[in-house]
This record gives sequence, C-alpha cells and structure tokens, in this order.
Amino acid sequence: MKRHIVATALLALATSWGSITGARAQSDTLFLSTQLRPVDETTLFRSLVLNAAPQKVTYAVEEPAAFTVRVEAETKAGKRTVSLLGALHGEIQPLVATSLDPVDDLVAAARAAGIPDNLITLGKLGTEKQQYIPWMQATYVMAAKKEALQYLPASADLNALTYAQLREWAANIQAKTGKRALGFPAGPKGLMPRFFQGYLYPSFTGGVVSTFKSAEAEAMWAEFKALWAHVNPGSTNYDFMQEALLAGDVMIAFDHVARLKDALIAAPNDYVTFPAPAGPKGRGYMPVVAGLAIAKDAPNRPGAVATINHLLSAKTQTTVAANLGFFPVMKADLPPDLPGGIKLLVEGVAKTQGAKDALVSLLPIGLGAKGGEFNKVYMDTFQRIVLRNEDIKTALAAQANALKAIIEDTKAPCWSPDKASSGPCPIQ
Amino acid sequence: MTNSRLLPYLLVAPSVVFLGLLFVVPLVQTIVIAFTDQGGASLAHFRKMAGDLNFGLSLRNTFLLVAVVIPLQIGLALAMAVMLQKLEKGRDLVLWIWTIPLGVSDLAAGLVWLAILQDRGYLNSALFALGLIDGPTNWLSYENPTTLFIGIVLAEIWRATAIVLVILVAGFQLIPKEYNEAAEVFGATGWTRFRKITLPLLKPSLQSALILRTVLAFEVFAVVYALGGRNYPVLVGEAYTWMRDSQNDGVAAAYAILIMVISLAATLLYIRLLRTKPETQA
Repeated sequence: MKRHIVATALLALATSWGSITGARAQSDTLFLSTQLRPVDETTLFRSLVLNAAPQKVTYAVEEPAAFTVRVEAETKAGKRTVSLLGALHGEIQPLVATSLDPVDDLVAAARAAGIPDNLITLGKLGTEKQQYIPWMQATYVMAAKKEALQYLPASADLNALTYAQLREWAANIQAKTGKRALGFPAGPKGLMPRFFQGYLYPSFTGGVVSTFKSAEAEAMWAEFKALWAHVNPGSTNYDFMQEALLAGDVMIAFDHVARLKDALIAAPNDYVTFPAPAGPKGRGYMPVVAGLAIAKDAPNRPGAVATINHLLSAKTQTTVAANLGFFPVMKADLPPDLPGGIKLLVEGVAKTQGAKDALVSLLPIGLGAKGGEFNKVYMDTFQRIVLRNEDIKTALAAQANALKAIIEDTKAPCWSPDKASSGPCPIQ
Repeated sequence: MTNSRLLPYLLVAPSVVFLGLLFVVPLVQTIVIAFTDQGGASLAHFRKMAGDLNFGLSLRNTFLLVAVVIPLQIGLALAMAVMLQKLEKGRDLVLWIWTIPLGVSDLAAGLVWLAILQDRGYLNSALFALGLIDGPTNWLSYENPTTLFIGIVLAEIWRATAIVLVILVAGFQLIPKEYNEAAEVFGATGWTRFRKITLPLLKPSLQSALILRTVLAFEVFAVVYALGGRNYPVLVGEAYTWMRDSQNDGVAAAYAILIMVISLAATLLYIRLLRTKPETQA
C-alpha cells in the first residue's frame, strides 16, 4: 500500500517536473535515458559529449521500470515532454506499440556512419520500420586478479577456458587459500539472469528457451551446481562485481563491462580480462545494444535528430568508449592512449567477440513487458536447483511451465541462438 | 452562526482531501489492479502469487519476524519506560538518546547494520582483533540463515523499539501517582504494583503501541532488503520485486492486498484482546 502511494507521489513529482522542462522544450531537447545512470557517468556524459552537441540537450536518467512508466504515462496523457529516448534494445521494445516515432529517415545516416547492417536491422525490433538507431554497445566479460593466475590449471588457456576448467581453478584457490574466490552478480539488482540466458544456457544447450528443460540443461545445472560450491556465498548479494573485486571478497568475477569498470580503472595493473567459459555447444556471449529512439509527438524532433547525428560521429563514439566503457557501434579506431582499465575492457570484449567458438545470443526479443518475468524464470530455477537443492528434473519441469505461459502469452517466436520458429517458441 | 458551524469542517477539509487523494484513490486502484486481468474480474493474480516460489517462504518469514520482534520490543520498551520513571535527573537526556533511531529512515538503519555485519564490517573487525575468527565471515549469506535472521531482528529492535517506548512513556505519565502511593501504603511490593496497577492502566497505550508496531512490522522491508537482499524474502519485498523487477503490477497489487488484510486482522485482534472498559480507564 505504502509503496503504491510512493509510486503515485513520484509520478506526480515526475509530471510536475516534466511540465517545467516541457516549458523549455522548444529550445532544448529533453533526452531521457536508462543508460549511464551512475551520477559520475551522467556528469561525464553531459560535460564531454552533450556540451559539444550542436544545440542544448538536457540529459535525464531513469531506472528502466520508471523509464517505461514515464514514457507511457506521457503517451496516455497526450502531453509529451521527452524528445529523445536512450535505452537498451529490450527496454525500447515495450514502447514500440504506443510511444515511438519511427526513424527510417535516419537509416542512411547510420549506414554512412559505418554501423553494420545486422545492428541496424536489430533496431527494427521485428517490425517493418526502424524503431531505433544503435547508440553504443557493451557485453559481459570476466575479470580476475593477477594473483589468482598462479592457481589456474596447467592445461588451461585463460582466453579459452571451459566451465570445467573454471571450476578446477576456483577449487584450486579454495584448497590453497581457503577462500571461495569466484563471484557472480546474483544480488537483487545484479545481472545474473543474463548470465543464464546469454552464457550458460547457450554454451551447454545451444538454446535458451527451446532447450530449457532438455537433457543438456539437466547436465548443465548439475555442473553449475558443482561450480557453485566454489563461489563466494556473498554472490547472492552482489549487484556490481567491481565492488566485490575492490573489497577483495572475490578474485574472479563475471559481469557487464560497465559494472567491472571501476575496479579495473582503480588498479589496471592488478587485473586481467578474458571471455566467459565455453561449454559443449560453444562459448555463449551476449552483446548488449543500447539504441536511440524518438518519442511519438516529440516536442523537438529536429533537436533529437541533430543529437542522434552528434552521438553517431566517430569522435563522440570514441570519447564515450574512452571515458565511459561503452563501445562504438561501428568500427572505430580507439585512441592508443586509452586509460589502463578501459584498455583491459576493450581487450576482454575483443577476445570474447573474436573467440573461435563464440556463440552469439541475443537479448530476448518479442517479450514486451514480460521481460522481467522471463528473467524471474531463470533466477527462480537457479534458486531452486542451486540454492535450495531441489531435484533438477522436477524444478526444470515446474519452471518450464512458467516459461511456457510467458511465451504463449506474448507469442514470441524463438530468437538466436534458439532455432527460428514460425509460432511461439516451443519448449522441447 | 453558520460560519462557526462550518469552521471545523473547513479546517479538517485539507487533510481529508489530502488523504483521500493520496490514500483512498490509490487503495481503490490497487484493489482494481489486483482483481482484474485482461479487462475482466479475475483471481489470476492471486493464483499466481500463491503459486510463486517465494510465497510460502515470505509469508513464513514475515510472521516469524513479527512473532520474534514484537514481544522483544514490547518487553524492552516496558523495561526502559519503567527505568525512566525512576530517574530523578537526566530523564530527558536519556529519553533523547533512546529515541535517536526514530530519526533514522529504515533504509539508512538497514545500511548502518550492514556496515556492522557485512564481511568486512565492524563486527568482523572486532572479532578478528580479538582472535575469535581467522578472516571475514559472511553472517548475512544464504548459507547462514540463523545469523541473517538474528541480524535482521537486531536491526529491527534497534530501529523501532523507540516508537513503542515513546507511546509507553506517554502512557506512564497518564497514570495518577495516587494509585501507586496508596498501594505502597498498604504494603504492596513493586512487582505487585506493576502487575496490578501499572499494567492495567497502561493497557490503552500498550494497545496503540502494539497495533502500530505490528502493522509496521508486517510492512517490514527496507532493513531486510539492505541486510539480506533476496536471501530473506518477506511479503513487502516480494511485492516490490514483482513490481520493479518482474514488472507485473497485478501480482504486486495482490501482495499489497494480502498485507493489508493481515494488518487489518492483527489490528482487530488487538482491539478485541486488549479491550478496556470505559469505567476502568484512568
């Protein structure tokens, strides 16, 4: 109850603030984004990137859930204050039906800026029209303290690890130091669901949805549970692995590059970065694409277009990469004098993308507002099997029902790496 | 004449409108959200809530926390209030210090205790300095549910005993001194006076304190979230997670309704159990 009141009050605040900014909207462009939310990143983005924009841009950030609520509330109220939207691929998706003004007029400029066609197509979000222009990219990598390398199994190549070798490595550290030094971001705000969807499932089963309760998935969970014996139990509270690395709680960690950045920048000489491990079906990895969209009935569409063009320039893209750790959406030469921590991230990403057995998994497509519940399926499965010791087969069968309900509700066809389907993605 | 009859209504109007707008409207909206699905009346959200992995666990955890925290807080606050009555000098200063946690928001209180109890927190530093542990011990992990629970209980007691204390201190001040003095003349011991005079006369204050604390305890969230994250699911935490992470306001609203029903039931129970007949009131 209390929460509901708070939400209503916040909404009231947001709308009153919106009307203030709305009054200025004719000259400014209001840019609402779910990205670069930490206050130091927001400040850097404003001062290094937006101050150089051809006209005044007001950059405001919202958490993903509040972002959707605000944009849709503006649509319903018929009172638009935001012109430009910046968000992840999956966060833009729920807005397609009601709140976006397609940007087909910008595709030529995006192509001219050097954005590859497959990325541009991603911005159609499965529709006929271009819904967003790719803005920046990121992915997930692993980082380890150099002092952990002495325990790496002799036969293992750090840049081509398997899950079995990762387990052996973590077990060695535990045997020698008594510490469970491997960490995952399985806290309430951590990105652990993406590890299951983009890394573990594809690596072991070659799919995410269709193979959810396959025999390969059963074997995978058994192996992951064995690995978890060497994982720091604080992991269920870690949201950003950079904090656990900086605190010395863990020596090896998996996370989104932006959530490892602070640790690597603080002590670039102490760390190495490398791709996530591989399983029998390959080395799953999930590219993360943030896009720029224009709100329907935007008060300042020309300003939004000018800002998009500014953000796509090679100079802006390299500035963002060098200072904020998000990578260009086109092939751009990064300056050789990158800060050490960013260089580590670039290397980690390059090694991940360039791995011979790389298996790309896309962010969920077509789930709309059910994306959160989709993540819950994977986290609940993890809780049941790994943390609560439930029988793997029983837990998978129960969670597969929840997954099936979401897929049938949204009628989402399979997305890569699952094999394409004509109707809703079937669960084997 | 008409003016003076209307004045009271005019004076209460702003608060009534305020509560109506910010409480009754969202309440009705929440009920509507909870009981509708795809445009029609439905219990689907409640079924989904009851079938969820964390439902039973969060229900159990919330009740367990209430059952442990409330008696401890009432006992402690009673003892503190009695001790306070005996102080001749410095009463206000002691009361001041005891009520400091009232000024701390619950999330901040959770973070304070997190700083004490986490791996590299003050507790571990102290234990390490005393040679009792060899390295950071994680008291709040899913592997140590007992210490996690104790940590949450400690934080809740630290944070919210003061509100009970304040209500009881006010209640104590309403008890006329004459009763106690008369009983003393007749030779009643301190314990007898406490049981036969203080407690019965304190019943209305105890009732208010119990209702307030219990309702708030069923809403416990920020402290648990700060200390345990997902490791100790409680009802409000589940409502928050369904709303924020799963973006399903239907199930979140169902949880909100459930919490409201539980709080109402607890309030009614206290009103019945601790009923004070008007003639026995001080």
